Amino acid sequence: MSNSLLCVESLSKYFPGLNKPKKVLEDVSFTLSSWDSLAIMGPSGCGKTTLLLIIAGLLQSSRGSITIDGEPINGPTRKIGLVLQEYGLFPWKTVEANILLGARFQKLKIPEKRLSEFKSVLGIEGLDHLYPHQLSGGQRQRVALARALILRPALLLLDEPFAAIDAITRERLQDRLLAVFGHRQFSFIIVTHNIEEAIFLGKRILILNNKACGLCTILENPGVGDLHYRTKPGFFELSTRLRNLLEGLD
Amino acid sequence: MKKRQLLITYLVTIILIYGLWYVLSLLLGSNLLPDPFVVLRQGVLELDKAPFWSHVGLSLYRILAGLFFGFILAVPIGLFLGSNERFDRLFAPLIYLGYPIPKIVLMPIIFVLFGLGDMGKIVLITMIIFFQLLITTRDSARKISKEVIYSLQSLGGNRWHFYRHVVWPISLPGIFTSLRIGTGTAVAVLFFVESIATRKGLGFYIIDAWGRADYSTMFVGIIALSCIGIILYEVFDLLERKLCKWKNI
Ligand SMILES: Nc1ncnc2c1ncn2[C@@H]1O[C@H](COP(=O)(O)OP(=O)(O)OP(=O)(O)O)[C@@H](O)[C@H]1O
Ligand SMILES: [Mg+2]
Repeated sequence: MSNSLLCVESLSKYFPGLNKPKKVLEDVSFTLSSWDSLAIMGPSGCGKTTLLLIIAGLLQSSRGSITIDGEPINGPTRKIGLVLQEYGLFPWKTVEANILLGARFQKLKIPEKRLSEFKSVLGIEGLDHLYPHQLSGGQRQRVALARALILRPALLLLDEPFAAIDAITRERLQDRLLAVFGHRQFSFIIVTHNIEEAIFLGKRILILNNKACGLCTILENPGVGDLHYRTKPGFFELSTRLRNLLEGLD
Repeated sequence: MKKRQLLITYLVTIILIYGLWYVLSLLLGSNLLPDPFVVLRQGVLELDKAPFWSHVGLSLYRILAGLFFGFILAVPIGLFLGSNERFDRLFAPLIYLGYPIPKIVLMPIIFVLFGLGDMGKIVLITMIIFFQLLITTRDSARKISKEVIYSLQSLGGNRWHFYRHVVWPISLPGIFTSLRIGTGTAVAVLFFVESIATRKGLGFYIIDAWGRADYSTMFVGIIALSCIGIILYEVFDLLERKLCKWKNI
């Protein structure tokens, strides 16, 4: 692809182990264009978080190459935003200070308009002076999203962002994410354990399997963004395929 | 609301202590335990005298200087060690060895090294505050989660931001706790070092009155020294509530 934003090529990661190095990722390759989305699935411990951290420039890969806009990633960059599994909000800072943290670190001035726009799209107005532990899980998640999005990254990495949230709120948040995605036109990679979520949010779905290392399958997803897809026959086919891949049957 | 509660608690406690004291002084006889109202009158008289205030001022100076130097030495080292595993492993044995040594037994050595003046006393108080603060600061700085560090880095934070926006705020409640505890120890040590080889300070004031069997003056000194402890404790408590709002909501 000529206009690819992110290029991951035969990426491998080993952690130092007791006797021999522990293989976590083996030969993972994919590309992502701009205004594209990818869902990553895989059993617990197969290296999904590790993969995101490597793309974010926070962990070194053992082999392979990753480039963003053609430049190799070897440290955190402004082009990539990250929302972690446990939110990573700073408990000692208010919601407002948390959202503006990146701007503060990078000495950027965030226009008031953009700030209030993101707050209203994500539905977190009026929480400015609260601390993270005074928020619900869903609110915390949206604050973490706002904090990453406000810096306008070209690529947003989301690690199980809606895992700890009830089904209805989760669907609302998915809609919100797609709404921002629709008019901000960034790309995102979302790690999820939820098959429906993967089919709703990822233009393609990447399945990592740690039982057979190196087995990394990418499926095209015709149902992305389509709320009614889950009632169509294609949905059952796709989700069965995904389930089989996840169980290592395929 | 809270301030009023605190004030009432203090008032009730003071009245209770006074009542108990009065009863005890009646039972034991005022030779052993002076009548609290006599002490109160003596106290009011003392408040008017310059020498009393110079004793108070000197004691306050020594304890504040000790707290200050202990703080500016221990906190940066504690923050650094707590957030740098490699250095921490190197220095941890030294700290664990130094902490349990009762610093007060080093008094003769310190007085030889730094003299019998203010310097020696301040150094001793500094040492006691230093170890207590160092341990708590280091321990609280170690509680930083990976998520927070990753977030900081991905938001473009550097080493300085890490100390300023992560290590410092996460350690602050622990720092205040150990400052409060340290104040109690520091007052005790202050009394001890001022009771020997000096003619200035509340420690001397108390011991001197004791020697002259002037019990009501002695009690005035004891109360003044206690007040220093209580006020410092409350100041640290107030600062903690102001600076660590996120902990107290
Ligand atoms: N710093 C590290 N040192 C050694 N091993 C590690 C390290 N970080 C992660 N691992 C190991 O790498 C493997 C993958 O971890 P990772 O967190 O990427 O899994 P995951 O796919 O995100 O799992 P989950 O779905 O439970 O979040 C795990 O077996 C983990 O134990
Ligand atoms: Mg994970």
